[in-house]
Amino acid sequence: MLDTHNLQLDQNGRLRHFLTIEGLNKALLTEILDTADSFAAVAERKVKKVPLCHGKIVVNLFFETSTRTRTTFELAAKRLSADVLNFNASTSATAKGETLLDTLRNLEAMHCDMFIVRHKDSGAAHFFARHAAPNVSILNAGDGRHAHPTQAMLDMLTIRRHKQDFSKLCVAIIGDLLHSRVARSQILALNTLGVEEIRTIAPRTLLPTQIESLGVKVYYNLQQGIKDVDVIIVLRLQKERMAYGLLPSEHEYFRLFGLTEDRLSQAKPDAIIMHPGPLNRGVELSSQVADSNRSVILQQVSNGIAVRMAIIAMALGNTKATS
Amino acid sequence: MNNTNIWQDPTALDAILRNMSDALKTVCITKQIEQPLMVGIHTGGIWIAQRLQHLLEISEPLGALDISFYRDDFTRIGLHPLVRPSHLPIAIDDRNIILVDDVLYTGRTIRAALNALFDYGRPALVLLAVLAVRNGRELPIAPDITGLQIELSPDQYLKLEGPEPLSLVLDNAS
Repeated sequence: MLDTHNLQLDQNGRLRHFLTIEGLNKALLTEILDTADSFAAVAERKVKKVPLCHGKIVVNLFFETSTRTRTTFELAAKRLSADVLNFNASTSATAKGETLLDTLRNLEAMHCDMFIVRHKDSGAAHFFARHAAPNVSILNAGDGRHAHPTQAMLDMLTIRRHKQDFSKLCVAIIGDLLHSRVARSQILALNTLGVEEIRTIAPRTLLPTQIESLGVKVYYNLQQGIKDVDVIIVLRLQKERMAYGLLPSEHEYFRLFGLTEDRLSQAKPDAIIMHPGPLNRGVELSSQVADSNRSVILQQVSNGIAVRMAIIAMALGNTKATS
Repeated sequence: MNNTNIWQDPTALDAILRNMSDALKTVCITKQIEQPLMVGIHTGGIWIAQRLQHLLEISEPLGALDISFYRDDFTRIGLHPLVRPSHLPIAIDDRNIILVDDVLYTGRTIRAALNALFDYGRPALVLLAVLAVRNGRELPIAPDITGLQIELSPDQYLKLEGPEPLSLVLDNAS
């Protein structure tokens, strides 16, 4: 794991960059959730915008494709009245051979205040944070297999809205944990917020070795794993990252690990079902489950805007002014 | 830091609140305001608004405004650590609003509150009612209803403690 906890906080322990859940305490995660709750109310008003970050420039720096994360970050920044620049790596100077550091320096020279970075390599956001000017803040929007902390926080907000008290919860994470930066951040956040039990359910080939060291119980059988759980997080099968031979077929995966109405009966009657998207219907879960009233998948998307507003506002508020 | 408690006598504050309520009634009659909506500013303003709401026998629910997202010191001190959700249960379009706060000092909170309010709609009229009005205005803002007026030096800071019982506390920084 990367040593990022000091880098993320200023001398007063306030958020400067947001790179990983690691090194952030329960009080700070709770502050993010509380602030997000206040921002969620903005979406219900006539004017869905607050003037907090008026005059700030936020850059979406995406070296890897994304729709949901990029658009919700963009919407979050715009609801804070910041100006947003979308920098697409496939059509940018990076494709012409510019280094990450040169890209950063060039954008800093344009007086941008925040970079939201997604990159296929673990540690990319951390690299930016280490080299960023004191008046620039870096948010991690997903780096390789390492972390996707804003996704984890929007999941925590969704769970808290349905279940209130984390300390009594049993949460199951099903699927491709091997390639999932989302799962890693979720496990860290759930442990920091103090849930009673975290279970991971997956075929052996899709579980990282020594995952137990993160404080989870490992199950290789879906029916056993989801017995009496309060929250079920279904992960996407990351076909684009998957080496040949990890799974016999998608059909067989669904037969053994796909979430169906029938299997769901093992969980608590009020269990909620979450998925970070994009959904592979008929692979990770059935359409019936995805569209059921226990599915909170679309609420996760709305909560994503509120959580990202909170994190952008907290981090931008703690950067040093240039003048 | 000196901590001098003033007007901690609940009956004295009750008398001030009754006077404010009477003055509000008079203003409403003069300006022909019917069915005003009460909106309190977090946190002290809400405590005062609750009491005025009761005294004026307003049946519609009280609105609560948090002005953290509208403050003008964000670039200096960042986001306030304790932001509470604003909640205006009733549409404010074309309504007469009584905006309530505990202490009026620089006027910056009221500027922020007015901006916040207008993002919910376009009220017909806004009245400002404040429990304690002190010197030190930095913006052209004046109250319509004043509970009590007080002259303080710049190093003195007046705040309301509550909710039960309410008491005005004077912190002396020197």
